[in-house]
Amino acid sequence: MTTAAASTAAIVLEMRDLSVSFPTETGTVSAVDGVSLDLAAGEIVGMVGESGCGKSVTGMSIAGLLPGSARVSGSVRLNGTELVGARESALRRVRGREIAYIFQEPMTSLNPVLTVGRQIGEVLQIHERMSRRAARVRAIDLLTLVGIPSAAHRVDAYPHQLSGGMRQRVMIAMAVACGPKVLVADEPTTALDVTVQAGILQVLRDLRDRLGTSILIITHDLGVIADIADRVVVMYAGRVVERAPITDLFAHPYHRYTAGLLSASPKPGRHASTTRLAEIPGLVPVLSTQPDACTFADRCPAADARCRDSAPPLEVARGGPDHLAACWHPCATQTQEANR
Amino acid sequence: MTSQPNALEIEDLVMHFGPVRAVDGVSLTIAAGRVTALVGESGSGKSTVGRCVVRLVEPTAGVVRIAGTDVTHLSRRQLRPHRDAVSIVFQDPAASLDPRMLVGEIVAEPLRLAGRRVPRREREARVAPQLERVGLRAEVARRYPHELSGGQRQRVSIARALVSEPMLLIADEPTSALDVSVQASVLNLLADLQRDIGFACLFITHDLSAVEYLADDIAVMYLGQLVEKGSRERIFARPAHPYTQALLAAAPVADPVRQRQRQPVLLGDDLPSALDPPSGCRFRTRCPLAFDRCATEVPRQVPIGDGMAACHLVQPDGTGPDVRTADPSEVLS
Ligand SMILES: Nc1ncnc2c1ncn2[C@@H]1O[C@H](COP(=O)(O)OP(=O)(O)OP(=O)(O)O)[C@@H](O)[C@H]1O
Ligand SMILES: Nc1ncnc2c1ncn2[C@@H]1O[C@H](COP(=O)(O)OP(=O)(O)O)[C@@H](O)[C@H]1O
Ligand code: SF4
Ligand code: SF4
Ligand SMILES: [Mg+2]
Ligand SMILES: [Mg+2]
Repeated sequence: MTTAAASTAAIVLEMRDLSVSFPTETGTVSAVDGVSLDLAAGEIVGMVGESGCGKSVTGMSIAGLLPGSARVSGSVRLNGTELVGARESALRRVRGREIAYIFQEPMTSLNPVLTVGRQIGEVLQIHERMSRRAARVRAIDLLTLVGIPSAAHRVDAYPHQLSGGMRQRVMIAMAVACGPKVLVADEPTTALDVTVQAGILQVLRDLRDRLGTSILIITHDLGVIADIADRVVVMYAGRVVERAPITDLFAHPYHRYTAGLLSASPKPGRHASTTRLAEIPGLVPVLSTQPDACTFADRCPAADARCRDSAPPLEVARGGPDHLAACWHPCATQTQEANR
Repeated sequence: MTSQPNALEIEDLVMHFGPVRAVDGVSLTIAAGRVTALVGESGSGKSTVGRCVVRLVEPTAGVVRIAGTDVTHLSRRQLRPHRDAVSIVFQDPAASLDPRMLVGEIVAEPLRLAGRRVPRREREARVAPQLERVGLRAEVARRYPHELSGGQRQRVSIARALVSEPMLLIADEPTSALDVSVQASVLNLLADLQRDIGFACLFITHDLSAVEYLADDIAVMYLGQLVEKGSRERIFARPAHPYTQALLAAAPVADPVRQRQRQPVLLGDDLPSALDPPSGCRFRTRCPLAFDRCATEVPRQVPIGDGMAACHLVQPDGTGPDVRTADPSEVLS
């Protein structure tokens, strides 16, 4: 599905002004601050940012996987049904069935003493009330769907008998067993080789094409985003700082943080003898309260008094109505061309 | 310059852990001051090569020469005078730094291990410029590793590796655990130090964009063996081995327009086991171009410039099919 088609498709998931904080021994950690985000049917949205920017917390709040200690405000609606503050029993129905989550490390999320067929089967028995026999047949179909060769044979394998890539495929098969509307894939390929990653990204694309699943893919790898996402959301220190269709974001990043991320990665054809990589000095802050300022100001080459005195709103940037950035002094288009 | 011995010479290196054939006949030379990247999938044996070079393990067979000295079977004591010549930096800076030691002690440790007694005053005097060289303030010497960020910890391990002014640095995935922005600063740092100090480097990584940025030469490893060697320019412009081609095709580029025009080459995830590697060409179970001979005959290394490629389909002039464009059914007809 193209980006244009995606933006006119029905909104499946609607997140409004989501904030999440955690009380800890050393004080409150504000992890997510006022994030709004829509997922249209059949759309793949990429979420990028350095570690600690709140990507996983945002993803987990969609799937209802936040720990009990988390303080959540705002709204997350799935086809109109509110999930924030919903009862655990209601959430359990949604989780797994309507919304599924894939973690970075497949080995830690699979049960080592059950065959993969049993694990996928259990999901189907619980959520779809299938018989054990029917669940096994369906498990083989699902393993085939995610590209596992000789699935009828592999269905009886234990997780440790499979490669890392196959385990991640099994995780995806489990996640999509009940045909969820929304799939949150949190760094699904970070632990894998590029050769294996290419196959996993292909599986995710197939799911979208064949089943119309909406996918939120969280990654810090701009190459993965460039490969698979229709739209991109850039997060920094708990806030969305930029949001744009895929080609627009790479061609004209407006926010200084996005521009920094793009120019920090080595470009094809460049070598250390002739080019220096652009660094972003400093670290992602861990915030206890959200300041009325741009949280990137301490690391930004263009920061001035205004940036430190008031938080820039996420607004339509030049270029198109779908391109939003939260920056008082967005990059000029020319500088970005020069960076490429 | 020509009188400088090669920083590293590896000949027919073999490292078997019981039945696991982790490294199975690797030969590689790094001239003084050059950066050679060792790439390949997880489990192909890259780190094991590095560990043999710094003699964290004793090779099963083969020869490792550092700066002209054969160190393959030297005992710990005999190794001491040569310890200064080579250092290693690991992927996970958190796990490779002793949490109970101060940063200053960590950085000075190689001097102590090399058998030199360094008084505390002198140690501090030697550590400060090392920290500055990697972009850390001298006060960091009095902190513990857990008080530092991931990028800072990796700088500490680089400072420790370079304190003995080695001729050769083994960098095993030095940036893989870091965010892009921090990765950029560590890559810049390695490039600067390498240029200023002139050490040679075996840069072990699976990140091909970092390889293109930092390496002079590239060696590609598959299941314990090298399948291709060559200059960075040649490998990126004209990779000869089907595995190298597939690897380059699989690494996504951070440019949506270009990335979506590229042809994917899907190899499948079924990496054969190092316990029982396939006969003939080890890549044949995943190679899109494999044919009968690949199962029976070990491909010989076809020289290409200073490098080589080990594939039956590579011609004596170094040309051959490209899996990124070739139709497998037409290759042999
Ligand atoms: N001490 C050991 N005992 C047994 N097997 C080992 C040992 N060290 C490594 N191996 C095996 O040797 C092979 C090569 O491992 P190595 O760590 O060198 O791979 P690598 O290329 O560095 O992979 P990665 O990219 O995951 O770091 C693997 O099959 C590994 O399981
Ligand atoms: N259970 C928790 N308790 C306390 N702090 C947390 C918890 N989970 C996440 N955080 C904090 O929230 C912030 C965002 O974390 P996360 O969403 O995991 O980042 P990302 O996925 O972008 O790397 C970080 O500062 C992290 O330390
Ligand atoms: S608002 Fe100011 S500090 Fe923040 S990114 Fe823009 S220019 Fe930089
Ligand atoms: S020798 Fe055969 S299997 Fe090996 S890389 Fe060449 S064509 Fe493929
Ligand atoms: Mg995360
Ligand atoms: Mg390794």
